[in-house]
Amino acid sequence: MILLDAPQQSRRSLLPHLHLDWPLFTGLLLLAAGGLAVLYSASGESSEMVLRQVTRLSIAFLLMFVFAQITPETLRRWTPLVFGSGLLLLLAVLVMGEIGKGAQRWLDLGVFRFQPSEMMKMAVPLMVAWYLAETPLPPPLRRILTGVVIFVVPALLIAKQPDLGTALLILSAGAFVLLFAGLPWRLVSFTALLAVPAALILWHYGMHDYQRRRVLTFLNPESDPLGAGYHIIQSTIAIGSGGLYGKGWLNGTQSHLEFLPERHTDFIFAVIGEEFGLLGILLLLALYLFIILRCLYIASRAQDTFTRLLAGGLTMTFLVYVFVNIGMVTGLLPVVGVPLPLVSYGGSSMVTLMASFGMLMSIHTHRKLLKT
Amino acid sequence: MFRGAPLRNPQWENYLFKRRVIVAALFSIALIAFVIIRLFFLQVINHEHYTTLSRNNRVDIQPIAPTRGLIYDRNGVILAENQPTFSLEIVPERVDDMEATLTAIRELITVSDSDMERFRQILLRKRRFEETPLRLRLSDEEVARIAVNRYRLPGVEIKSRLARDYPLGALLAHTLGYVGRIDERELQQLDTSNYAATAHIGKTGVEKTYENELHGKVGYQQVETNARGRVLRVLERTPPVPGRNLHLNIDVRLQQAAQAALGNEHGALVAIDPSDGAVLALVSLPSFDPNLFVNGIDTASYDALANSKEQPLFNRALNGQYPPGSTIKPLYGLLGLESGEIRPDTQIWDEGFYMLKGDERRYRDWKKEGHGWVDLNKSIVESCDVYYYELALTLGIDRMSDFMRAFGFGRPTGVDLTGESSGLMPSREWKRRVHRQPWFPGETLITGIGQGFTLTTPLQLASSVATLASFGRHLSPNVVAALEESGSGVRTPLPARELPPVRIVDNSNWQRIHRAMTAVVHSPTGTARSINRNLAYTVAGKTGTAQVFGIKQDEEYVAEDIAKHLRDHALFVAFAPTDRPRIAVAVIVENGGGGGAIAAPMARKVMDTYLLDGEGRLREDLK
Repeated sequence: MILLDAPQQSRRSLLPHLHLDWPLFTGLLLLAAGGLAVLYSASGESSEMVLRQVTRLSIAFLLMFVFAQITPETLRRWTPLVFGSGLLLLLAVLVMGEIGKGAQRWLDLGVFRFQPSEMMKMAVPLMVAWYLAETPLPPPLRRILTGVVIFVVPALLIAKQPDLGTALLILSAGAFVLLFAGLPWRLVSFTALLAVPAALILWHYGMHDYQRRRVLTFLNPESDPLGAGYHIIQSTIAIGSGGLYGKGWLNGTQSHLEFLPERHTDFIFAVIGEEFGLLGILLLLALYLFIILRCLYIASRAQDTFTRLLAGGLTMTFLVYVFVNIGMVTGLLPVVGVPLPLVSYGGSSMVTLMASFGMLMSIHTHRKLLKT
Repeated sequence: MFRGAPLRNPQWENYLFKRRVIVAALFSIALIAFVIIRLFFLQVINHEHYTTLSRNNRVDIQPIAPTRGLIYDRNGVILAENQPTFSLEIVPERVDDMEATLTAIRELITVSDSDMERFRQILLRKRRFEETPLRLRLSDEEVARIAVNRYRLPGVEIKSRLARDYPLGALLAHTLGYVGRIDERELQQLDTSNYAATAHIGKTGVEKTYENELHGKVGYQQVETNARGRVLRVLERTPPVPGRNLHLNIDVRLQQAAQAALGNEHGALVAIDPSDGAVLALVSLPSFDPNLFVNGIDTASYDALANSKEQPLFNRALNGQYPPGSTIKPLYGLLGLESGEIRPDTQIWDEGFYMLKGDERRYRDWKKEGHGWVDLNKSIVESCDVYYYELALTLGIDRMSDFMRAFGFGRPTGVDLTGESSGLMPSREWKRRVHRQPWFPGETLITGIGQGFTLTTPLQLASSVATLASFGRHLSPNVVAALEESGSGVRTPLPARELPPVRIVDNSNWQRIHRAMTAVVHSPTGTARSINRNLAYTVAGKTGTAQVFGIKQDEEYVAEDIAKHLRDHALFVAFAPTDRPRIAVAVIVENGGGGGAIAAPMARKVMDTYLLDGEGRLREDLK
């Protein structure tokens, strides 16, 4: 079973020197290829858009390859610096946003624009893992609290941009690292109880009007069918009308007739549901599950605390990506701007995701010879 | 948890971590399963529901307006058609800078401020990809100017659409009526599905009366639309059924002759074919251009028409109510004969006035010195008033009223034009009901000469003459002769509509009256003798003069001394040829003066036009 194969077995060829994990690589490649097919349909058969996405994917896979060559040890050494500079850039963006009046997520570096929040998606799990790996597991309470601060501060800065989707991803990335570190379940339940009053406070003081509206619309999309509820209503219609087998590739009426908003970006899952039906979706979900389980296997095989926690955290961030996006498109969750990983049109989130997969491959292929 | 030693225990950590990994794997599977359950509900259990929603989303049913039927005169001259008119329309989504575009357009063609105002209002309602009209009815030159500059006006289009057009303009405005935009009130009474795509509806005249025939049946097309309502393609089409064409009895040549005869006078002329009730000409002057109303008349033009003292919008032929004056004397003469109260040779002595017993008031004759001995024939030829004072007193208002109603006075003629007035034929009962007063004998006297309460419309008058000409056969006037199916061209003639005939016991009495009326024109003493020169046929006529302004007992009516608007109305009724009537005419000239001098020559011109051929002889087909 490729999910659990041992990397040593294929050492006879040259391939191991590429430091790639072939099952994971294959899964990602399949996902990207399927995503392109869907994008071609969702973009209204625009080959131009597909070509641009191919370019992005190539860059992202290249970055994955680069990250796969970096040893976990090097990663560990650079972690505090990456995290620190990421935090500074976040602050810079925030200050510039204050001056520029309005939402500001980008840092214009002349040649390309750079989103520090994307960088934090990697930097946060790295940093929490680095910090918790200093002491034996499970971590003491003092370490847990400090760890919480490490991921809550950047999350708050990002939420203030405001980018609720990314903030959520960073919160969960940090929290999952904590969980993998052996956070006691009692503490988890306690936090869950605390979440209720925290949500109320957030509702009244921490949210923008449009965010509050999104939540209300999520609870009752029919209240505003042509306004904020339009996205959810149209996407559920698209998915529901797809049925078991779908309407066929390029035949989705909801998407091709432009009823479905953001059909090539955040709502591309609805296009899959409409054109390929439940069977197509099951295939997609199977692919996602395969990638996640393979990554978890990589995590379980990791040799030290830092790499274990990092691998687990990155994997679960990917899961959150998938679940939040699908949950939002199917009306299970409120609309937050989270793309469907490797399928949605757009660059920056893909690049960071592929970089994380590169790290995972690196963890799996750079092994110290230890006796266990 | 603080029990854990500060020393590392790799195996313990590994065990702890692997347990967490298993939990994470189970958690991942659970989340994915949760999503699958949700999808199962959406795609399998509620699939049909969402399929319906999706289909409703994209398929739109659009109505297609039918083409309105055309209207022709009796000789096939087109009177109302649908002309492509060019309008300048703008598609907002294709215009980069609306203000600059509007400025550029205004440099090329004139766009009034009210056009601009309307355009901006429509712009707010329409969707961005829909054409919004800026200027309607572009001239050829304007079309050319825009066309040449098209390259620098993206999003500006010249659109051609069908608009109702009345090529003869004011000539038939009161007969054809006009179409206008459907208003709120009409919308409530309409079959909204049949009018789903229709913007115009008949407002008056033939256009209104025959609205159901002219309109046709709406068509539909099923179209696929996108979320913004833009039509992408047509899925299915049910073509509309065009409206029926109408062929009128009106003869444009006659209508033109009648209008020319009336000239600048205000008044009305109606010509009817007594044999079938066909309305040959229907003139009301002054008139107006019905084309102004088709695409919405602007307020200033409408006010000018509506508030004009000349009342061009008022249809005098249908709604003008005038005292008939002496034109009805032949009918009372006929009633006198029929009732046996007089014989043709019964004579009275006219000394210029008549007095009721016990009343000082003098009922004067129009001829101050009187007509001397007067019999029935002379009473009609010279239009003796005193003869009819006496006759009226003998007959009494009850018999007069009943007889006149049988000829159609005091009630609608039933013409196929909406909104005609019924005129007024007084009776004892009517006076009691409306005025709460008894009937006075003096009122009977003046009713005998067509004055007093009696009021008639020109159409009623013409219809009564037609009835008189055809020995009591009473028909409703018909403006429309036949309906024609647009596609097949199959014509359905509309039958003559019979009303209860006027029954006369002794048929020779008709002829006596006809002879007397012929003498009105052809005898040297007749009041209409001025028109008998070079007549190629015989005419039976009767002049009339209706008082607008009461003069005092001892004053004399001197036309020159009285302001034009208080002068008498001139009337003339006639039918010809006498022995085989083909045309009956009624003319009323408001404040025209004497019927014989003013109105009779107008009627002759109309009859000449209708009855004579190119060489001035009676038309072969009429002999």
